[in-house]
Amino acid sequence: MKKNYQEKVISGAEAVAEAMRQINPDVVAAYPITPQTHIVEKYSEYVADGIVDTEFVSVESEHSALSCVIGAQAAGARSMTATSSQGLAYMWEVLGVASGMRLPILMPVVNRALSAPINIHCDHSDSMGASDQGWIQIFSENNQEAYENMLLMMKLIERGNIHLPAMVLQDGYVTSHNAERVRIYNDKLVKKFIGEYNPYQPLLDFSHPVSYGPIVLPDYQMEIKRQQVEAMDNVIKEYKNIANELKKITNHDHSLFEQYKLKDAKAAIVVSSSTAGSVKYVVDKLRQKGKRVGLLKIKLFRPFPYGEIFKSLFGIKNIAVLDRSINYGSDAAIFDEVLSTFAKNNQTIKIQSCIFGLGGRDIDLEQIEMIFQQLLAGEVSQKIKYIGLNE
Amino acid sequence: MKNKKWQKLNIGARIDKPGSSANYQTGSWRNQIPVYNEKDCDQCGDCVAFCPEDCIIVKNNKISHIDYKFCKGCGICARECPKGMFKMKEIK
Repeated sequence: MKKNYQEKVISGAEAVAEAMRQINPDVVAAYPITPQTHIVEKYSEYVADGIVDTEFVSVESEHSALSCVIGAQAAGARSMTATSSQGLAYMWEVLGVASGMRLPILMPVVNRALSAPINIHCDHSDSMGASDQGWIQIFSENNQEAYENMLLMMKLIERGNIHLPAMVLQDGYVTSHNAERVRIYNDKLVKKFIGEYNPYQPLLDFSHPVSYGPIVLPDYQMEIKRQQVEAMDNVIKEYKNIANELKKITNHDHSLFEQYKLKDAKAAIVVSSSTAGSVKYVVDKLRQKGKRVGLLKIKLFRPFPYGEIFKSLFGIKNIAVLDRSINYGSDAAIFDEVLSTFAKNNQTIKIQSCIFGLGGRDIDLEQIEMIFQQLLAGEVSQKIKYIGLNE
Repeated sequence: MKNKKWQKLNIGARIDKPGSSANYQTGSWRNQIPVYNEKDCDQCGDCVAFCPEDCIIVKNNKISHIDYKFCKGCGICARECPKGMFKMKEIK
């Protein structure tokens, strides 16, 4: 069979830019911020070289970048931006405007710690801080997955029963700046998969005039918000359909989350993004020694696939959830959701919560192995473990 | 007017009927109502100029009526009228 892809050695940021090139959005407005910079840098090269037809708008801030994209998307143009950390924080006010006006904006986000202290390295505090702004959020383990998540999300968010914005997350530096072999599928196949954009109720359709963003008083606010929840619920169903369609091109399973040697596992780690790669390595190593360990890799975080995750974890005695963000005065974000899946099914379970990797702190293979060994020994405590903390 | 169910509304609160704001009767906000004394009125027109909602309707150079569908009961007419031809009555 003829190859339907070209292999390139590129960084995660460039892989996302490749997806954007194939999608060829009408408008991109962005402001550079470390470590997102290479996405926009690469994409502006495509624009300058005439490889894409995009109107590229250089703006003075992230607030302006997303505001510009919101306007363009409402007008009927397929529009994108990209950001990280403080940039995402600066967008916060308009994040809810994009989702509340039901605009299918695709935004790659390169995860980086939030200030203070000022830190440019990876953790998930930026996207976790924006997890309840009505955006779909999907984590990517590596460059290939970041590229494919872009394609999957682009098609998903424009579906008639969804119309929501989405963030495609990847780990700052670990993924965004490290080069790997990435399969870039044929432009024609990808373009056919994505399809022409057929905007719903665009402002520039003068024969069907519409107003966006009107004031809504107490008599309708709850109804409009309820619609957004419905759209989020539709994501899980549509995701599966689109994943099957994308699989015809990529031959990869695009599941809601990944199960790695989980079926007969006695101990499991739940983690998102690049750390899942290290956990897989440790799982393989321990499996060779006959230890029944496995991994559940979180991909879709919003909406959170509660039912499906419960089915996969139910029956596993000892589970640790590793969060790369911290919640002050409450449980960690992913831990909290995983615990909820059990409560929703009337099950009580003790799960170990671990916080790791804040501000780019490395988590090494020995530390992951140690977590597995403790789980296998039944050591699960109610206290949060801080992996690699000097104490 | 009965409110629509959430399933029946346009997504994102989009409005697809131009000029539909006329359907929103802001008079429902009112907790005071202006009562007009037509008999003693000089027809100077101050109230017409000051009413922020254009609710004092003039026909043939004479105040014909108050449009209570949109009168919010702000009381500006009562305050501005030099002869005190408007009395604000509280709605219980």
